[in-house]
Amino acid sequence: MSEPVRLPWSLRDNPILRQWVDFSVPGTARVFTAKVELGQGILTALAQIAADELRLPIERIAVVSGDTRHSPNESYTAGSMSIEIGGSSLRLACAEARELMIEAAARRLKADKARLSVAGGSILLDGRQSDLDYWKLAPEIDMNRAVSGTATLTDPKDATYLGRSTARFDLPAKVAGGAFVHDLEFPGMLHARVLRPPSANMHLTAIDLSAAERRPGVVKVWRSGDFAAVCCEREYQAVKAIEALRASASWTHDDRLLIAGNWKDWLTTRLAVDSQSETGRRSPVEGDVIRRKAIYSKPPIAHASLGPSCAVACFNDGALSVWTHSQGVFPLREALAKALSVDPRRIEVIHAQGAGCYGHNGADDVAMDAALLAMQVPTRHVRVQWMREDEFAWAPIGSPMAVAIEGAVGPDGKLLEWSSEIWSGPHGRRPNLFGVELLAAAQLERPIAFPVVHEDMNRFAGAARNSEPPYDLPYRKIVLHSLPNLPFRTSALRTLGGYANVFAVESFIDELADAAGIDPVEFRLLNLSDPRARETIEAAARISGWDRRAPRGTGRASGIGFARYKTTAAYVAAVARVDANERVRVERVDCAVDAGLAVNPDGVINQIEGGIIQSISWTLIEQAAFGPGGIAARNWEEYPILRFEQAPEIQVELIQRPDLPSLGVGEAAQGPVAAAVANAVARALDCRIRDLPITRERIVSTLARPD
Amino acid sequence: MSSTFQLLVNGQSHRVTVDYDDTPLLYVLRDDLRLKGVRFGCGAGQCGACTVLIDGRAERSCELPVWSVEGRPITTIEGLATAGRMHPLQRAIIDGQAGQCGFCLSGIIMKAAELIERDHQPSREKLAAALDENLCRCGAHARILNAIERAWKEDSAGGGK
Repeated sequence: MSEPVRLPWSLRDNPILRQWVDFSVPGTARVFTAKVELGQGILTALAQIAADELRLPIERIAVVSGDTRHSPNESYTAGSMSIEIGGSSLRLACAEARELMIEAAARRLKADKARLSVAGGSILLDGRQSDLDYWKLAPEIDMNRAVSGTATLTDPKDATYLGRSTARFDLPAKVAGGAFVHDLEFPGMLHARVLRPPSANMHLTAIDLSAAERRPGVVKVWRSGDFAAVCCEREYQAVKAIEALRASASWTHDDRLLIAGNWKDWLTTRLAVDSQSETGRRSPVEGDVIRRKAIYSKPPIAHASLGPSCAVACFNDGALSVWTHSQGVFPLREALAKALSVDPRRIEVIHAQGAGCYGHNGADDVAMDAALLAMQVPTRHVRVQWMREDEFAWAPIGSPMAVAIEGAVGPDGKLLEWSSEIWSGPHGRRPNLFGVELLAAAQLERPIAFPVVHEDMNRFAGAARNSEPPYDLPYRKIVLHSLPNLPFRTSALRTLGGYANVFAVESFIDELADAAGIDPVEFRLLNLSDPRARETIEAAARISGWDRRAPRGTGRASGIGFARYKTTAAYVAAVARVDANERVRVERVDCAVDAGLAVNPDGVINQIEGGIIQSISWTLIEQAAFGPGGIAARNWEEYPILRFEQAPEIQVELIQRPDLPSLGVGEAAQGPVAAAVANAVARALDCRIRDLPITRERIVSTLARPD
Repeated sequence: MSSTFQLLVNGQSHRVTVDYDDTPLLYVLRDDLRLKGVRFGCGAGQCGACTVLIDGRAERSCELPVWSVEGRPITTIEGLATAGRMHPLQRAIIDGQAGQCGFCLSGIIMKAAELIERDHQPSREKLAAALDENLCRCGAHARILNAIERAWKEDSAGGGK
């Protein structure tokens, strides 16, 4: 017997063939996924995979995505795993469906399987068209069997789509008109707006519902606990009615300052739950050993989706339908069921696209708002859209973090030991992971409070993500000080802890290289044995024209950063060139990526480019500003992001490896780019900035401080 | 207290009634005329997602009261295509795969359309300056600039609209 096949977990959780593919629509193969389009082009890439395994033109693949009525339960679209896990599952299922079709055709035609092949869904016998195709054979296939995972996969060399740039299906609608959950319309649909407290720790003491009720078009005004909302016939009626309601509301007082001073001090003095990992042994070394230590920090960062969160719900005869841009239709269904006391089998959650979310934004919360209100006006569809202020004030934010590192380098330039400590709030507080985790549920008269969450060293948990340096180290110790629920709501923001950890690790590597007097690219290669990692760094150095003799302190310089996201996903090395004379401007980024088999190369490059620009925005500009009571920055003037005039020139080199498994790229660039920018600034100014964002004010105060 | 206005949108005349005199154009375009390509981003004129052309000028429909545009020609992304053919800017964004989530794209295309109408060959710097008040959160900036740059080059090379 051969080894049992190890299936990707999407397939282990959803083993049945018909959960993945179906031939009930003549001429079309429908394929099912719980992975959803977030602007990353996933549905196009999944269709490429299915088209090649089924030998169909891509136009004949219909992807059914994120629908609890039809999709396999693959939990969240997160962690850069959609291609790695969801894609490989779909690929195995489609390949198996094709082989089963061939077997069925062999029986019908009484021919050896070896004489049969498939093209365009038709069965060929000795290369000639037979009268059989998938749709004729489908009734003979047992679609209820478990996928064995043993089918022969299409070699990318012979593929039509795999590894070839394919235009995204979703873009044409987005430049022509309605394309988003915001744009859905149903007959008699009501428009709702929700009233939320001025800050998270304030409670509603009095409200005059009639202030809204007498406004035009108001169908329902509803309050429970700290939650109040209006449902109206037209959208602007709801905007006006909620303002009237807001004017009538009184709240408890809360002007506590959650944060004073800097995040580093705030984080490192809080009560924490500690865990650690230790590998290797310290050993004595002959000669001069260089030792350094440093501490780095990043502030909380907002998801800052361009469109505020939106959802539509309808409650009819005890059954609830919800249209949402959530990243996880199945976990949301479970959370809604618990929060609303509705049997999950009576809830259907259907994905519709939203503005880019970059993690756990307001999508799930607004779906709860819509569901809650739909239950107050049965049979009517209710569309809730948050206002811009709601999104900034109430969507979870990425946790602030501090990372302290101590390291030693031997006289030969080799790393000897590495100890780090990480302080962070939780990153993974999505609905139904640790509890309900829906905003309105925590605000109702009978609330379901947010569960208290802390993390451990599990590298996928969040805070510790990418804390292990990718370099060869005889000894390594990492301590995580996990801060349970901070006094503001933190959850998954693209890369979770990976961004701060890579920024810290790769900044520190440059500091060690400087201390050892070795060029940063050379120092990395000297301490790195993974050949793919080395090749990625070498490629970035080559395409950027890395200059080992570049002078320091001239105001302009280049810096490098490298990481393999999660230690398991794509390899990215980035070289940033900055002009730090006035404020920091990133002029150019050259980036090399090894993502194994890149299913849609242009899609991968697009993701990397977006990751580069978003990371520059985080690194140079962004921090969620706090005032009395909580988050103070609630519009784009108070929370600026990188703009067109500040966008750098970008070059991405993709190291295509058709023979190796695909690796996730959606979060792979952010950490390396942050480090590349910080390292470039350090070389340009001959001064190290260890706290993000790298603003002009921070540079001035760092330069003024004696080291 | 409701008021009625005559609007000229994408070449067609519409009679619309609003409950509030300060109703922004955005809500009328989206909810009454069902022109969903006009996107609500901030409601404060800060992000550009709701940009439309009024008398050929790019304006933020989220804070423009509907009374102020009565009788003036309004163009939304739905009105850019002519005779069923996409506008070169729409085509360019698709050809360049210049977007991710796409929420910002219709506003950016409208803003670029204004610029290209007045200046057939703007420099990349001028284009970036024109788009600087339009936000994109996914980081598609470089692709968008590349795609639009290509669009007007082809347009001026005789591709025509």
